[in-house]
Amino acid sequence: MEAIRQTYFQECEELLLAMEEGLLALENGADGETINAVFRAVHSIKGSGGAFGFEALVRFAHGFETVMDQLRAGQLEAGGDVTALLLRAGDLLADHVAAARDGGAAPEDGEVSAALAALAGAEGGDEDFAPADFEGLDFVPLQIVVEDAPPAPTPMQGWRIRFAPHAALYANASEPALLLRALRGLGDLTVAADVSTLPALEALSPQAAYFAWDMTLAGDIPRAAVEEVFDFVTGQCDLDIAPLTFLLVAPPEADAPQIVPLAQVAPPAEKAPEKPDRKDGESRQTIRVDLDKVDRLVNLVGELVITQAMLSQRVAECKIPRASSVGNGLAELEHLLRELQDSVMAIRTQPVKSVFQRMPRLVRELAAQTAKKVHLVLEGEATEVDKTVIERLGEPLTHMIRNAVDHGLESPEERRAAGKSEEGTVTLSAEHRGGRIVIEVADDGRGIDRARVRQKAVERGLIPAGATLSDEETDNLIFMPGFSTAKEVSNISGRGVGMDVVRRNIVDLGGRIVIGNSPSQGSRFSLTLPLTLAVLDGMVVAIGGQTFVLPLTHIVESLKPRAADIQAFGRGRNLLNVRGAYVPLVMTGEILNVPDARPPSDGVVILVESQGTGRLALAVDAILGQRQVVIKSFEDNYRHIGGIAAATILGDGRVALILDVDGIVARCRDRIADLNDLQPTGT
Amino acid sequence: MHQRQDDSSGPRRQFITFRSGAQEFGADIMAIREIRGWTETTPLPHAPDYVRGVINLRGVVLPVVDLKARLGLGLTQANPKHVIVVVQAADRTIGLLVDAVSDILTVTAGDIQPTPELAREAQSEFVEGIAVLSERLVTILGMDRLVGSLVGEAKAA
Repeated sequence: MEAIRQTYFQECEELLLAMEEGLLALENGADGETINAVFRAVHSIKGSGGAFGFEALVRFAHGFETVMDQLRAGQLEAGGDVTALLLRAGDLLADHVAAARDGGAAPEDGEVSAALAALAGAEGGDEDFAPADFEGLDFVPLQIVVEDAPPAPTPMQGWRIRFAPHAALYANASEPALLLRALRGLGDLTVAADVSTLPALEALSPQAAYFAWDMTLAGDIPRAAVEEVFDFVTGQCDLDIAPLTFLLVAPPEADAPQIVPLAQVAPPAEKAPEKPDRKDGESRQTIRVDLDKVDRLVNLVGELVITQAMLSQRVAECKIPRASSVGNGLAELEHLLRELQDSVMAIRTQPVKSVFQRMPRLVRELAAQTAKKVHLVLEGEATEVDKTVIERLGEPLTHMIRNAVDHGLESPEERRAAGKSEEGTVTLSAEHRGGRIVIEVADDGRGIDRARVRQKAVERGLIPAGATLSDEETDNLIFMPGFSTAKEVSNISGRGVGMDVVRRNIVDLGGRIVIGNSPSQGSRFSLTLPLTLAVLDGMVVAIGGQTFVLPLTHIVESLKPRAADIQAFGRGRNLLNVRGAYVPLVMTGEILNVPDARPPSDGVVILVESQGTGRLALAVDAILGQRQVVIKSFEDNYRHIGGIAAATILGDGRVALILDVDGIVARCRDRIADLNDLQPTGT
Repeated sequence: MHQRQDDSSGPRRQFITFRSGAQEFGADIMAIREIRGWTETTPLPHAPDYVRGVINLRGVVLPVVDLKARLGLGLTQANPKHVIVVVQAADRTIGLLVDAVSDILTVTAGDIQPTPELAREAQSEFVEGIAVLSERLVTILGMDRLVGSLVGEAKAA
């Protein structure tokens, strides 16, 4: 039962997205197909919800559905207030689904329900409906099937099909109703259910198959098309397809009740025309695959790539020329593997649409709360990025959109005074750029008020009063922990957790965030993120004969220090003079307990940016190169180690550890605290 | 390899036996995934001495534990003749560094004696019991406990 529930909620999520999409499309003018799509979504949510006894959900969805039904029938006009109400209803339906899923209290829907009922008028009220109705379905659509195709009294082209599923068909979770509907998509279909083998109730086995269907499919349809419908159930049913050559005998009267069992297994029957009618090529076929299976595939391919690299190395060691047949074969293999790896990685990607689609609702709510007029523009929703990245994008994006509406945009009056249109625009866009994904949140509001930011930072003691800061540095102050510029703490964004959290989220994802600010013109936040969390770009470094990988996103620059640039500072601490600025110098080898690390004056230092402490210099022996590495967790089999983020496997098949800069900083602090014993330092 | 059949009552269990130092140990065959030769490990910082580091086992990063050191009997001087027994227990997969794998042993539950009281301290908490065969004594190790101990210490360390 739990599994079925989960499936239901998964479907609900998809349906809600489809509904939201449809409702937004309604804002820009209604067409029949869009209204239908929304109706179907609401209807399906209600229908299946009834089976689980989600009464509040079903009751609300019913009112919603009634209005959609009237829209569909042309009894109501979409537009203006109606659309706005429908959007609110859509939001509430999503809340209802969430409440049903998490077992929380149903949301307060009285007002919207009443408005929907008022809209639907008397017609909505007098319909008697039972929330606990097992199927939550009406039978009307199926009646249409019968009425649609009265057996024509003239000779006709077509097929006579007898379809008798075996129990195996049901055991494989195939759904006869779907097949029948697919058939109906091909032409005029008349269906008669054969229930003659149905035993008495006490003899009925829930595992067995009893029904068969006799169908006539009228129209000039190739046999292959008919057979294709049953492609997936071959061998699991008795199928007899014969050309229709003689006058069809009308099915006897008794057929009418026989069709009813079909209705019981049928989800909303209107769904059938959906596929053929779908516009913009969205009817691509998809399958659901367990993420673990995909991950396993990704791992295996990664392993294959490493093995191939090792093989190439061995071949090169054997002095076999690259131009030989072996060399050519290897080159071909390498090429294929790279392609395979890209394809496998692509399986894990999803369009950012799933995150972007949550934003219109957020903006609507924010606009209502702040009494601002906001127009949200979404661009590049089809841009694909790894699923894990998508999952973790929601929170930072929500925060940034909130900031844009709450802090960025002015009130309509202010905007008018500034010579702008009353309606502010927030643009959320995504695009691929140089192997990474760039997501931008831009608004045409007042921009970041640098003077105020500065004043605030001084008040909060984040910077000294006399500090000289460039414009860019000033803008970046908003990322400091505990910084919030809202004059009053509003319940929208100013909760003390602000942009610093956003930045941490983004950095955790291996990304960066950049502000583009033009006062009174607006601000633009650009997030640059890796396309996947499965690989990262790293600098391969040597420390005391061991190999480590430093994530490139943390690295600012690398340099070879002179002995004179290194200054001892306090106990066990060193500072490095980088063109006049002193940054803490970390003896990475010591922190990682690696023996035989070279002294920094003899090695290389890498300047890195860490959260909280800013820049610091890591001393390493040498830089071995830069490469993309596949991230492998070892915590599943071992445990977390401070200073180490994960592991990876290098081209020679050996494991290298990926350093975690923030973890190293934390280790340093502990170490210094230990050294200073009872006198912990301030930093 | 010889199989020892025992017709005394009780369910039969199979153990892989291996040598580490001067002793012979046994581990339930169901916990053993594979046996492979020693390869150089990548050391892990701040790990106890018996954690020899990690190796690449077909794409999985596998921690390798030196059994001898784990039992407090000193570090193994590993060379290519040594063997890593890949163990899956307590939801984890680890490698166990031993000197050599010797045998597969089939015994009944009755053949396994509890650890003698006096011997307990030295053999620590991982010993399930001892199997006494005609000429030898095999210490049966509980893999769940051995592997699990690696996790338990994580919090303490």
